[in-house]
Amino acid sequence: MYAFQYHRPQSVADAAKLLASNSEAKLLAGGHTLLPTMKQRLAAPKAIVDLARIAELKGIDKKGNALVIGAMTTHAEVADSAIVRSAIAGLAEVAAVIGDPHVRHRGTIGGSVANNDPAADYPAALLALGATIATNKREIKADDFFKGLFTTALQDGEIIARISFPVPAKFGYAKFPNPASRYALVGVAVAQTGSGVRVAVTGAGKDGVFRHTAAEAALGKGWSAQALSGLTTDANLMMSDIHADAAYRAHLVGVMARRAVA
Amino acid sequence: MSATGIGAPVRRKEDQRFITGKGQYTDDINRAGQAYAVFVRSPHAHATIKRIDTQAAAKSPGCLAVYTGADIAADKVGGLICGWMIHSKDGSPMKAGAHPVLAQGKVRYVGDHVAVVIGETLAQARDAAERVTVDYEALPAVVDVATAQSAGQAQIHAEAPGNTVYQWHLGDKAAVEAAFGNAKHVTKIDLVNNRLIPNAIEPRAAIGEYDPGQDSLTLHTTSQNPHVARLVLAAFIGLAPEHKLRVIAPDVGGGFGSKIFIYAEEVVCLWAARKIGRPVKWTGDRTEAFLADAHGRDHVTTAELALDGEGKILALRVKTKANLGSYLSTFASSVPTYLYAPLLSGQYNIPAIYCEVDGVYTNTAPVDAYRGAGRPEATFVVERLMEVAARQTGRDPAEFRRKNFVTSFPHATPVIMTYDAGDYEASMRKALELADYAGLPARKAESAKKGMKRGIGFSAYIEACGIAPSQAVGSLGAGVGLWESAEVRVNPTGSVEVLTGSHSHGQGHETTFAQLVSQRLGIPIDQVTVVHGDTDKVQFGMGTYGSRSGAVGMSAIFKAADKVIVKAKKVAGFVLEVPEESVDFKDGIFSSTATNKTLTFPEVALQAYIAHKFSGAQLEPGLKEGAFFDPTNFTFPSGVHICELEIDPETGTTRIDRWTAVDDFGTLVNPMIVEGQVHGGVAQGVGQAMLEGAVYDRNGQLITASFMDYTMPRAGDLPSIKIAMTSTPCPSNPLGIKGCGEAGAIAAPPAVINAITDALGHEDIAMPATPLAVWRAAQKSPTKMAAE
Ligand SMILES: Cc1cc2nc3c(=O)[nH]c(=O)nc-3n(C[C@H](O)[C@H](O)[C@H](O)COP(=O)(O)OP(=O)(O)OC[C@H]3O[C@@H](n4cnc5c(N)ncnc54)[C@H](O)[C@@H]3O)c2cc1C
Repeated sequence: MYAFQYHRPQSVADAAKLLASNSEAKLLAGGHTLLPTMKQRLAAPKAIVDLARIAELKGIDKKGNALVIGAMTTHAEVADSAIVRSAIAGLAEVAAVIGDPHVRHRGTIGGSVANNDPAADYPAALLALGATIATNKREIKADDFFKGLFTTALQDGEIIARISFPVPAKFGYAKFPNPASRYALVGVAVAQTGSGVRVAVTGAGKDGVFRHTAAEAALGKGWSAQALSGLTTDANLMMSDIHADAAYRAHLVGVMARRAVA
Repeated sequence: MSATGIGAPVRRKEDQRFITGKGQYTDDINRAGQAYAVFVRSPHAHATIKRIDTQAAAKSPGCLAVYTGADIAADKVGGLICGWMIHSKDGSPMKAGAHPVLAQGKVRYVGDHVAVVIGETLAQARDAAERVTVDYEALPAVVDVATAQSAGQAQIHAEAPGNTVYQWHLGDKAAVEAAFGNAKHVTKIDLVNNRLIPNAIEPRAAIGEYDPGQDSLTLHTTSQNPHVARLVLAAFIGLAPEHKLRVIAPDVGGGFGSKIFIYAEEVVCLWAARKIGRPVKWTGDRTEAFLADAHGRDHVTTAELALDGEGKILALRVKTKANLGSYLSTFASSVPTYLYAPLLSGQYNIPAIYCEVDGVYTNTAPVDAYRGAGRPEATFVVERLMEVAARQTGRDPAEFRRKNFVTSFPHATPVIMTYDAGDYEASMRKALELADYAGLPARKAESAKKGMKRGIGFSAYIEACGIAPSQAVGSLGAGVGLWESAEVRVNPTGSVEVLTGSHSHGQGHETTFAQLVSQRLGIPIDQVTVVHGDTDKVQFGMGTYGSRSGAVGMSAIFKAADKVIVKAKKVAGFVLEVPEESVDFKDGIFSSTATNKTLTFPEVALQAYIAHKFSGAQLEPGLKEGAFFDPTNFTFPSGVHICELEIDPETGTTRIDRWTAVDDFGTLVNPMIVEGQVHGGVAQGVGQAMLEGAVYDRNGQLITASFMDYTMPRAGDLPSIKIAMTSTPCPSNPLGIKGCGEAGAIAAPPAVINAITDALGHEDIAMPATPLAVWRAAQKSPTKMAAE
């Protein structure tokens, strides 16, 4: 790690000010991605703005037909939340299969979404559920938010405040973990929402999380694993590494999609 | 059996300090004025160094010194050595290149040591290290052991043409060829024994210290054998004479072999400490551990088994290429030779065996002993062959093994070893029963109904442990003897310190050794302290590896305790005023038929030290004895492990459903600790079979250089293991101990692969059988396995 300045603001407004006045500042949430990269000297922010003490970023609420989760809510809090379990039980399951207990008690939904790791679980859930990401400046639809590997629509100085999930009729998530890291080798989220069936795939795509339109069309005709039996996924669009080549990933997308529906 | 004696499942004495965070590991130790070392490592697998610019680094804040290979050479510090001479078939000695502690003009693997920066703080040392600029000229890298010897490959060491260190063989080639000529059936397999990265939980660390008043050096280091480290650092590397060098290996958090070896970082910390006149500390980070700890295994093998028409084995032929990495680590040369081929007879009567091994340099991290060291590789060859041969000849795998078991002892194999005791049939019988082998067809059918493929795999392993008779290993090329030493020091109040040359880094010696001494001397276990890991306290020792600390280390303690008893009886004779020969000692009480007075052990200890009841002419005061124990044979732990698993062919996920382990370790000192060793060993073996594998890319970059890509076994990967024991005590040591530290890691890999191939219906899968590999293999159709 290199030396840096540490700030711990009490409000989003103060955090935004700190970001604005330090061009090389970074927000710190659970630190489970940021701190390892700093320790390995791969990231060298001049200043750290720790969001840990900002009360308005925490909490889980049901507001009308939407489940609203504050950015600084940990994966463990989502997994254990009775509100989440009764509104979108499958979302609690998404949180429950992230990493290990240490990771789940530090990592946050805001950090995960802002980081947009192509193997992270939440991006698939947000995209399938048609969630909205609320920042200190605006609201962004999940469809417009995830822009490829580790890239999002967030602009400089923008802070995710909360994420709002319209409650779907049905939702499921199936994850095939990477044997080493336990991130998603392939994760498929399926949802029956007010705006139709949405299927999102994480872990597999070369450009990160994506919507699987063929799967959506198939499930639109009938919500069952069987409806997906003929589903194919273009291996040319899949990542390839020592844990899974593109063909295997493409195959697993189908398997996980069927298991998510079942 | 007393509540704490031999055979009692005594809770580990050392765990109180470990689980409450009170352990003292090398990195917990800080010396006054200590500075910090950071190594500049090669980013290239193979390159010449054209220039190293240390100017900017030297000016960096807090930088105390920057040293390169030129400084090491100027001070005439020797290179690292390989302590086992192997001769090739043609009689020529192995061809080893130099192994400098800081690169001399060339780097040979990613992570190779190029320079060291010493800083006031760790952060300052890191900052300065980033400012060292090295001008490399990259050379083509040699990575794959299978092709490393081919013409046109880059030459890694000038001394070893064709990157070949040796071409060794063992056994009777002519007899094997004749036997194959007469065979009714030949089973041939090609195997890869995958390369592993040890990943002890505690990374390596070292603190070098120089005392100008005494002109002596002290090294704190993460070592499994501090005396051997001192010997090498003194006699070969020449840092200080042995009596001016103290090596301390305090608490060590796991080794698995990787901390046997003498590494560059230790040498550099010691040398630099004298140079800068301050203690110098280095603690490896996890990346350095991945890159620069000695790796394990990495063989490519072709093996053939010849059978007669009745299913009896006639002969075995094995050809192996062993990757030794870029330099020869301390015992690298012995692992794929004398720790490997002599185990190729397995538990079986095999009349003729011939094994050829090429030791090969590549541009990868040095490869050396790793839990099991050679014996897992041998067992994988033998037990895969046995399974495949049984399938090809339409025989039940258990029956086929039984048919070929060695049943009378001693049994001389055609590859050096003489098995002294065992009952292989007993382990097999018990294992089949515990695994409910009879119920397998029903379970297979049940799995098939769910779309799953169930398979069972056997591994009837044998290992040579209790390493080792000194004369025997000397005749095979070892540079050292492999006895062990011990000293039992009785204090005037009757408490005891046991000094041992063994070293505990997870094995629980503080408990098991105390169990032995407390039982022998009849004193409570809490009156016994075990001292190890400090060359100033323990006179000499060969350390802990090769499952030797029970069989060899405890035998030395046993001998020393016996000598204490002999002396104590003399003292008791004087005190009781009876003839020495009439004194009896049992359960801590000295008695004599000549009197009805008795003495306790502490009473005799006190008398030995106050020396009022005998004169100096009659008896020396004090009660302290030492002993060396040199075994007369290896020990031969053996057993049968059975793995039963279920494959989801849709995803390639493999779930181990049951694991049965029936082991013969001879005498068990502490069955709870033994079970723990079996658990850990099986986990490591399952890791090798299904999860772990070091992957270098074509350019020699280590792709699996972190836990994000290198898969360690986790608790969830294993079922609850069914463990049972059989026992044929070892005749070559006084306690009958065979050793248990490596058995699981040796037994497990073939059991897993035999089960996976049983489930798949064909043999085409390599370790690690990851989900990807299993899924691919499940796409292939089963081959027919009938007798041809
Ligand atoms: C061992 C391990 C295993 C893991 N396994 C999984 C897994 O299986 N699945 C999975 O999905 N994830 C996994 N993770 C990731 C983890 O769950 C976190 O989601 C992730 O590290 C990011 O969240 P964080 O709170 O730690 O963010 P941080 O590391 O603190 O921050 C990450 C990035 O987001 C930015 N950021 C943080 N909060 C905000 C905000 N409110 N607004 C704008 N930008 C922000 C930061 O500046 C930084 O750039 C794993 C992590 C580890 C270490």
